[in-house]
Amino acid sequence: MSEYFGNIKTGAVTIATGMGITLKHFFNAVHRKGDAGLDDVDYFRQVDGLCTLQYPHETIPTPANARYRLNNDIDDCIGCGQCVRACPIGCITMETVKVAPDDLGACGKTRDGQQKKFWIPVFDIDVAKCMTCGICTTVCPTECLAHTPVADFSEFDRSNFIYHFGNLTRLEAEAKRRKLADIQAKAKAEKEKKEEEN
Amino acid sequence: MGNSLNAWSEALIGFNLLGLPLGLIVIAVIPLLFIALYSLTYGVYGERKISAFMQDRLGPMEVGKWGILQTIADILKLIQKEDILPTSADRFLFVIGPGILFVGSFLAYAVLPFSPAFIGASLNVGLYYAIGIVALEVVGILAAGWGSNNKWSLYGAVRSVAQIVSYEIPAAIALLCGAMMAGTLDMQQINVLQSGEYGFAHFYLFQSPIAWLPFLIYFIASLAEVNRAPFDIPEAESELVAGYFTEYSGMKFAVIFLAEYGSMFMVSAIISVVFLGGWNSPLPNLGSFALNTWTNGPVWGAFWMISKGFFFIFVQMWLRWTLPRLRVDQLMYLCWKVLTPFAFISFVLTAIWEIYVP
Repeated sequence: MSEYFGNIKTGAVTIATGMGITLKHFFNAVHRKGDAGLDDVDYFRQVDGLCTLQYPHETIPTPANARYRLNNDIDDCIGCGQCVRACPIGCITMETVKVAPDDLGACGKTRDGQQKKFWIPVFDIDVAKCMTCGICTTVCPTECLAHTPVADFSEFDRSNFIYHFGNLTRLEAEAKRRKLADIQAKAKAEKEKKEEEN
Repeated sequence: MGNSLNAWSEALIGFNLLGLPLGLIVIAVIPLLFIALYSLTYGVYGERKISAFMQDRLGPMEVGKWGILQTIADILKLIQKEDILPTSADRFLFVIGPGILFVGSFLAYAVLPFSPAFIGASLNVGLYYAIGIVALEVVGILAAGWGSNNKWSLYGAVRSVAQIVSYEIPAAIALLCGAMMAGTLDMQQINVLQSGEYGFAHFYLFQSPIAWLPFLIYFIASLAEVNRAPFDIPEAESELVAGYFTEYSGMKFAVIFLAEYGSMFMVSAIISVVFLGGWNSPLPNLGSFALNTWTNGPVWGAFWMISKGFFFIFVQMWLRWTLPRLRVDQLMYLCWKVLTPFAFISFVLTAIWEIYVP
């Protein structure tokens, strides 16, 4: 019998305690939970207050060294194609056109002074496929390919996930290709002429 | 608009248009509109917000300012949803289940005195009718659960029937204590007997030293009767998917939801009528500050009635987000071994108090 009344008493007391806790949280919902960090002495004292982060409007910034969306600094890219070969899932597509000798100045140099020898009309990264493994960034000789801290880049259309980094428009690329073909044809003709002369 | 009892509803009863009893329809439509509006605003939006605040969250925030329009978006979604009828379901029972459920909770609104001037039907056995008609919900739940032809639904329905039928006993005995103190079963008369210049001191909860016991017993039993947590084992999400309405979608689901919110307010209104003076103002007259006289009247009455009901709904939500669900055997233990004996004790004690204490 004493167990029976004991149970009732325990029930009543625990329900009252629980309701007290929920009501305290209910009235504390007018302010934010404190933002003291883990190494702060107050860290375990900030139990009350809202903890919701209204995500698209408020974000916790990603660290500066975070490795998320892949980015290519095309000005430094020499078009070697090592990243294309290194990528385990093939999310990088690259097309290169050799630079004609008189265009070398226009094509320019990388930041550390290396002469660029390829135009890169197509450098597409499918960031939806990219799994941020970072292998492409380790093989990149000029370190132009790097993961950026940008983590949120959702799109409504899947085709928008293909990021274009090429440094030539399609028309320009066509012009450069023709120019190169002309030079090569001329060189070939000269070579044949020489052979005939010999 | 007189100030006499039931002035508005009697005026409405007498209102005929082209020989049609239009006033009677309006009387029925008022509680219906009330259920719809209250479950839209306080019921769904309020519950989501309250539960969110109790769990340190924000709740709906995107649709409109502070997510106010969230419920409208939900209704638009429910209307567009396909009304699925499972092939192996019992068509008749499946369709009629939500209907009976809603009618069961709505019929009790006939005897709820919303204001001194308004009551759907001023029955002299109002309280008895209100206790009895709620049992109709059991039929609806069983029809829905059986008609779905789904094991989860049937489990939910069987549990619900066992629960509601059991908990009606302590609930009815606890309400009888209130009826004994009033000496009448007429809901409007129970309210009239609790009015007086000292406001809350005239409420039956404060009129006898044992009234808190039937009050508490009825409150706990009413939670079980409307399947609210911690007695929500008929729809236990983690065990039974959604209980007796697992197979429902679209508007049928909305009707079940509406019935649930309807009965939530109904039990809250009954407890406030029997123990907390219904439409009477709780404020006492303090000398020349006649707070009680100023805050009583047909419109004030509706205000007090609805706020008291809303207060108890808040307590129901508060309990829901505090307590975990009971096990089936614990539920029956609580009903038959705790609530029922204590209800009988409080019944006897109230009877002694009413007979021997003037």
